[in-house]
Amino acid sequence: MLAGEHGRARQWALRHQIDVGSFFDAPDFVVVGQAHVMADTESLGEEGVRWLESLAELPPAERRVRVPTITDPRGVDFDTYKRLRQTDAMAEIEARAIRAFESLGVLMTNTCINYQTILPAVRGEHLAMGDTGVVIYSNSVMGACSNFEGGPSALAAGLTGRTPRYGYHLDRHRAGTRLFQVTREARDLADWGALGGIIGRATNSYWEVPVVAGIGRPPNSDELKHFGAALASFGSVALFHMLSVTPEAPTLGAAFQGRSVPVAQTIGEAEIQEFYAIYAAKGDKVDVVVFGAPQLSLLEFSRLADLLDGRRVHGATTLVVTTSPEIKFAADRMGLTRRIEDAGGIVAAGICFYQSYAREMAKANGWQRLVTNSAKLVNIIGGYGYKPTLASTERCVDCAISGRIA
Amino acid sequence: MPIELKCHRGIGPAITGTALVADDNFSARYDLDRTKGTFSRPAHKLYGQSYVDKILVLVTAKGGVASAWMLREMAARRMAPKAIVFDRANTILAQGAAFAEMTMVDRFEAGDPTKLIQNGDALRIEPDKGLVTILNRS
Repeated sequence: MLAGEHGRARQWALRHQIDVGSFFDAPDFVVVGQAHVMADTESLGEEGVRWLESLAELPPAERRVRVPTITDPRGVDFDTYKRLRQTDAMAEIEARAIRAFESLGVLMTNTCINYQTILPAVRGEHLAMGDTGVVIYSNSVMGACSNFEGGPSALAAGLTGRTPRYGYHLDRHRAGTRLFQVTREARDLADWGALGGIIGRATNSYWEVPVVAGIGRPPNSDELKHFGAALASFGSVALFHMLSVTPEAPTLGAAFQGRSVPVAQTIGEAEIQEFYAIYAAKGDKVDVVVFGAPQLSLLEFSRLADLLDGRRVHGATTLVVTTSPEIKFAADRMGLTRRIEDAGGIVAAGICFYQSYAREMAKANGWQRLVTNSAKLVNIIGGYGYKPTLASTERCVDCAISGRIA
Repeated sequence: MPIELKCHRGIGPAITGTALVADDNFSARYDLDRTKGTFSRPAHKLYGQSYVDKILVLVTAKGGVASAWMLREMAARRMAPKAIVFDRANTILAQGAAFAEMTMVDRFEAGDPTKLIQNGDALRIEPDKGLVTILNRS
């Protein structure tokens, strides 16, 4: 493969994997079950799209991926981009990227909730997942093994069918390194995100593995999704253990692999309120309310439709909901999309807001104050010139209706 | 005698350049205005400063998988840092550097490089040797 006998794409892929593997002292390679490619066109740029197109021109035997390879959200949803004031140029580059990926044999799932909608990972399964939220969920909740694989590396794994064995493919890196004792129950997805954000800020390294104790009721998949996505976003963390909840943490001893258990840091009401206060902006006009990051599950979608029934989004406020194509299809079929759009919301599929030219959307729509129940989004979107506020799902809907932060 | 700092074997070509140092972290998606070539997240310690052609010296990488594509895209437009030096890189930035053929090193024997290297220092980085030389100080 390295000599080029399997073509230029696989030669590049293996060379890339050796460079990265050497950097992390990987002893060898591990066969992966799936690869998940984050490659929205905003990050690809013209350079990245041309590079993909150069691979797409190769003969089929040289360019097709060797393990199931799926995609993270795209930059543009062709059905809603005009309503979001994205441009035709964005749609054109998006279409080029999709054509190139399809010719490589990549499945355009366009989702960051593939663990809820496509094929969940299994304990011990080795994967090459892009999207930090997907990695942390697969590693922590399912007990699978993946590093954060950026787009080029995930595609390389698709092309070679393996990935260098370093980081979270190795058991010794999976032991807990920090302990957090939670004394306040999380009541909303935003609370779970806040909890993830607080632990992420305290942990703040890809190589730290926080262990979380004190969680009373086992959280559901959406709650863990928001917790993990925020933890990964704020802290660059790829694996957590939750005592009595996640598979590698039946006991504290197991979570720390028998190593000494560090003194716990406590997170209670005061810490949660402090976290919300960072983003508080009471009385401010609300430009845009976003539900996404990660994309909504069918159950989140249904709850949102319930909260919006019989109400109308304020004329000066835009409400955006982002979900995966699979969930959108289900939501259309079940009438949920119509209920949200009847209330004035925009439902977009296959995008996740911040990966969708957020800076350009802000300029085109005059958006600045953004309200969301996603702690991950409040962390990211400040860099794009927005002023974000974190609020519970219910309060987000209230803000969308009144046009003000209550 | 210039100061030599030993580090882990790195990625990319040997280069020389000027250090831009902060006790802060890095994400191409979260922290940068890639059009202007400046740090754009107000909370970042290098907020408002240009990173173009600088050797960034930072603590670690965080968040966003997107940085893996973005370094190459930035380099293609000649709006990229010349190299990145971390105390500890994460996987994404190492992958991004490999894809962009950008110089990157981390894991220094003497500890955190943001404390060893000063803003404005002239540096030579030799990734194959795992060596960073501070040329302007002895």
